[in-house]
Amino acid sequence: MYEIACDVAVVGGGPAGLAAAVAAKKEGAGEVLIIERDSALGGILQQCIHPGFGLTYYNEELTGPEYAGRFEEEAEKEGVKALLNSMVLEVDAQRSQVLCVNAQYGMTTVKAGAVVLAMGCRERTRANIMIPGTRPAGVYTAGTAQRLINRQNEIVGRTMVILGSGDIGMIMARRMTLEGAKVVAVVEIMDYLAGLTRNKVQCLDDFGIPLKLSHTVTRIQGNERVEGVWIAAVDGQKVPIPGTEEYIPCDTLLLSVGLIPENELTRAAKIEMSPVTNGPEVNQFMETSAPAVFACGNVVHVNDLVDNVTVESMKAGASAARYAAGNLPAAGSTASVKAGENVRYTCPQRIVTGAGDEKVTLYFRVLQPEKDVVIRAVSKGHVLAKRKAVRVNPGEMEHLAVNPAEIADGDITVEVVKEA
Amino acid sequence: MLKTDVVIIGAGAVGCAIARELSKYKVDVMVVDKREDVGGDASKSNSAIIHTGYDASPGTLESQLVVAANPMYDKLAADMDIPFSRIGAVLPAVTQEQFEQLPAIKEKAFNNRVYDVEYLTAKELLEIEPNLNPEVKGGLYIPRESIIDPFILVQAYAENANANGASFLLNTEVTGITVEEGKIRAVQTTAGEIRADYVVNAAGLYCDDIAAMVGKADYKVVARRGQFFILDRNTSCKVNHIVLPIPTKITKGKLMCPTIHGNMLVGPTAEDLDNKTDKSVTKEGLDSIVADVTRLVPQVNIRETITQYSGLRPNRNPEGLHVDTYEDIYGYVNLSGVRSTGLTLSASMGKYVAQVLRDMGLPMEFKENFIWKRKGIPRFRELPEEEREELIRQDPRYGTIICRCETVTEGEIVEAIRRPLGARSVDAVKRRVRAGMGRCQGGFCGPRVIEILARELGIPAEEVNKNIKGSYMIAGKNR
Repeated sequence: MYEIACDVAVVGGGPAGLAAAVAAKKEGAGEVLIIERDSALGGILQQCIHPGFGLTYYNEELTGPEYAGRFEEEAEKEGVKALLNSMVLEVDAQRSQVLCVNAQYGMTTVKAGAVVLAMGCRERTRANIMIPGTRPAGVYTAGTAQRLINRQNEIVGRTMVILGSGDIGMIMARRMTLEGAKVVAVVEIMDYLAGLTRNKVQCLDDFGIPLKLSHTVTRIQGNERVEGVWIAAVDGQKVPIPGTEEYIPCDTLLLSVGLIPENELTRAAKIEMSPVTNGPEVNQFMETSAPAVFACGNVVHVNDLVDNVTVESMKAGASAARYAAGNLPAAGSTASVKAGENVRYTCPQRIVTGAGDEKVTLYFRVLQPEKDVVIRAVSKGHVLAKRKAVRVNPGEMEHLAVNPAEIADGDITVEVVKEA
Repeated sequence: MLKTDVVIIGAGAVGCAIARELSKYKVDVMVVDKREDVGGDASKSNSAIIHTGYDASPGTLESQLVVAANPMYDKLAADMDIPFSRIGAVLPAVTQEQFEQLPAIKEKAFNNRVYDVEYLTAKELLEIEPNLNPEVKGGLYIPRESIIDPFILVQAYAENANANGASFLLNTEVTGITVEEGKIRAVQTTAGEIRADYVVNAAGLYCDDIAAMVGKADYKVVARRGQFFILDRNTSCKVNHIVLPIPTKITKGKLMCPTIHGNMLVGPTAEDLDNKTDKSVTKEGLDSIVADVTRLVPQVNIRETITQYSGLRPNRNPEGLHVDTYEDIYGYVNLSGVRSTGLTLSASMGKYVAQVLRDMGLPMEFKENFIWKRKGIPRFRELPEEEREELIRQDPRYGTIICRCETVTEGEIVEAIRRPLGARSVDAVKRRVRAGMGRCQGGFCGPRVIEILARELGIPAEEVNKNIKGSYMIAGKNR
């Protein structure tokens, strides 16, 4: 068994892992090692060749590879090491070590002072949403088709329907159109857009691609290859309305129907999970229920902007470095952050109090689109923070900063209420 | 022109089992199948259970073959590295009416010479199967009902038959059978004529079409569709045994059981179709599975499904399993009515058909150098650490994980492609090493598997198919 020792081990070299590793170094960690299964760092950003990254973090518009490139350069400058082509098979939270496999070293144990989980997320599949019909070739998740077109230079089909108005789906609608494919429609079961409004404007409207809200795919047809799909309007309960079925001949169905944090390792390590996000529960230091194990990025909760992932991951990396050095403030008492009215979840889910008055940004998503609302954090009737919002949307992450020193005993509730 | 002694039409479980049995003798065997891979149609989409035959119709050929086959699987699995487990089945009665049916079911098992069926009390049932409906009144335990990897079973039969001299002609459709002077002379195929004296029709779903080629179309195949769910290995509600419903007059009903790889399987429906091609899953079908299985296992969490599929059982009309020979066509053996028990009875059917051919006059001299063992592809996921280390030392590709959900290495995929009768499609890789069989359903490994297939086969990615001809994965290069 090959053994490597380091101060901070980061599982995953995508945007979350890169930011965490850089921040750990800057916080003073000695050896920082990224373990990455791909042959290069950058994660999913490598296939996101469209612009739109870095608008808030860098105040400029970068492509995915450019955004990742900046962090890769910084990681190199800081002396972050990377073990590429290496798949982590097990995280041992108790012993703060990671078992991985690599063609060069074989089975490898990485012993670390602290571990950062940054495995990202995966796409929901046709089976997750149980689309009826046959099982021909030509049904792809949008991200898989994106990898093929942007990294392997291969297009999956010529005429397609896209189910789901998530960001990847809309971006792929544009990408496929630019590459000469015909995108017949983007079909969304909800009565509102799943992704960012700017992507609808830039990827669908600008190319005349119709968006069909309150519609879904009811059946896939074709034996060898997709020959077409049936779509139908849905009612308020998302049930297809009889008589509205329409057949669309196509050779491909792309799915952009949601992302799931990739937490097999986290679960196997018996780390406490949130049933809402499907990621580990964390405190403001991005520390999980297992001491020495931190988590950040889409493995914790699915973000829509990489810029947010970066900020959150730097916190995780810096906290892991402090933990490894024995400098992370010990938990005084812990307040739970509850999801109140029109809030689906918050991240972090816990705030350690008595650890200084550095402001904690609570990220959250709303359940329903709403206009002219007040977003506030309340603790025992006392309003800790509030701000107004003209518009909130489940597809766009919201945030609110609170001062942990002001938290009275007990829980905090984040709520989004109509202005009185 | 090709020449052989025996042509077997169909490379499903039964066809491949017959080929393996005949390969024990100094007989030239050729298996022809229209698909790109061995594994057939019904043989690859079923409940993956090795039955005991406890509920067969006593006295029938089907009963005889299933009951005889079950005990053969311990040796088959050991000899040929087939994942197989005798987990046993329970048959819980959840209503008083069902409870009263138990003696009759036990007696039927007895009449099928399945003597090891036992009564279990409600308490005993809930002890070994805590997720059962707490209303359970009692039930039966059928210890030898077992689970298997159905894909590897067929691959093992085929690979071992091949290692012992049987040849396989895939991507080849039978278009006619030449009978002269009351004797089989040749089989016409899309790959040309094969001269042969014996033909075994093991074409399953299409066996009536083949029978029609020799004018023996006295029955029809009715495709009876069965839809299934597969649930995530980490699903919150599991069962330890094959949980079978009490059968009704109309159907054997829907079951829940573990698969040999630790997922949960739930289904099937039983729907007679008016065609042989519609392998759709339907909302109605899936809903009916949930409704029925919830009565047995109320907490089953269908939202944790990772895939749904359907298979077509080749039911015969009129019903019944038949192995027919005809006085006016010497050398022709026709199998029909090989339905849901077909996977199980493949093991005994091989021997049965060999005897039929011997009776017909096929000289069958045992080979002294028959190879009994077939070594499977290493399963990295299941290996202890030292064996993993050793594999990677021998071939570093075993250190590169391609399918992250099922922990499948590049070494396994390359071996699946390169070994005799190797994988030629994405699904064929999946059925050999499980790449793409996990919760992301090939979302992550799919593009990599296409790359490896293209590289190993020396073809462009556009020519890599999901399975049969026409099921292309890539439409072309970017412009």
